[in-house]
Amino acid sequence: MSALLERDPRRLFAAVLSLLEAKGMLSEADLAERIALTDAATPGQGARMVARAWVDPTYRALMLADGTRAAEALGIPMRGAPPLGVLENRPGLHHLVVCTLCSCYPRAVLGYPPFWFKSAAYRARAVRDPRGLIAEWGTVLPAGTEIVVVDSTADYRWMVLPLRPAGSEGLDEAALTALVREGDMIGVTVPAFGR
Amino acid sequence: MTPLAPGARVRVRDDWPETRGPAHIRTPHYVRGREGVVVRHLGDFPNPEDLAFAREAAILPLYHVRFAPRHIWPSGVSADGLLVELFGPWLEAQR
Amino acid sequence: MSAAEPGESTPRAHHDLGGVPKFLCEAVDTAPHALSDFDRRVDALRQILGAAGIMRVDELRRGIEAIPEATYHRLSYYERWARSITDTLLRKGVITEAELTAALERLA
Repeated sequence: MSALLERDPRRLFAAVLSLLEAKGMLSEADLAERIALTDAATPGQGARMVARAWVDPTYRALMLADGTRAAEALGIPMRGAPPLGVLENRPGLHHLVVCTLCSCYPRAVLGYPPFWFKSAAYRARAVRDPRGLIAEWGTVLPAGTEIVVVDSTADYRWMVLPLRPAGSEGLDEAALTALVREGDMIGVTVPAFGR
Repeated sequence: MTPLAPGARVRVRDDWPETRGPAHIRTPHYVRGREGVVVRHLGDFPNPEDLAFAREAAILPLYHVRFAPRHIWPSGVSADGLLVELFGPWLEAQR
Repeated sequence: MSAAEPGESTPRAHHDLGGVPKFLCEAVDTAPHALSDFDRRVDALRQILGAAGIMRVDELRRGIEAIPEATYHRLSYYERWARSITDTLLRKGVITEAELTAALERLA
């Protein structure tokens, strides 16, 4: 391994960028374009899928069978993204997603992984004590709820389809979309109405 | 290699390639040597153990395998199930 | 079944963190952390190199896993990426050590 790798990674990055630009392999415009595309993927995309699944049983079935096609059906760009799997929470069954080896995250539908998802504490604790872990968000599941932890170790990316919260019966799809947060689709929180 | 069907009992190979030199392993340490049950075949993907070194990579079956966390850790466990994506060559069918 | 607890006596690699006792009592920082320009640019470069077929995400991971343990835990998430991208481009000859040394000097 090159001793140069011990240098400040921020300086390494600046140096590498300058070399790639000098070689004609990259421009500032390429970076800006890629950043804009990446910033466009946000938890709002996944929230739209969840809300649609709550109101449309046909869409729900599609989402559970093939998350990638379900995302594309709502106009979410999935080309080049890993296959998306969807984990269905049911009364008495809760899912939590982690990547213990690195930070695999359903970026196409949730955006950049949040800081906590990438932390050593989250990665270590999730597979062993998910109840204690999600309590850090104040999440307490009904007694008797089974928790299945999904360690995202390979080519799929996983999102949770959470339970539609009690009291939300009168809400339309747009209002339901606004209820769904990033953590609800990883399983550290659950959607609540009127929080 | 015979494909593994949902419900098949498997044991993850108790193998530690990272002790033998540079390696990139997507089978978490905590499932090695452990028994689980195949949930489903997720598809076929190139072997990341080769892709990581820019080597030619065989296409391998990828399975979702379920484990019982309480059989993995002796204490401090509140998970009821654990689903892990594992490649075929890591799995030994059990009777 | 082995009596040893995974992570204590098994020769796991340091990035292989599932259930590892050392971190079980560590609180999770659940607060939002905004990404910096540096973070976004590193992320974007990785994607561009991937799309161009110059380096795969698997190679990014290999390079991150090759970072010595103490450094791995000291560096920020995208600092690890920046180091791994540099490592991979050097390994593959996309850039050379001499070029990188000169480029670092020009920055100074």
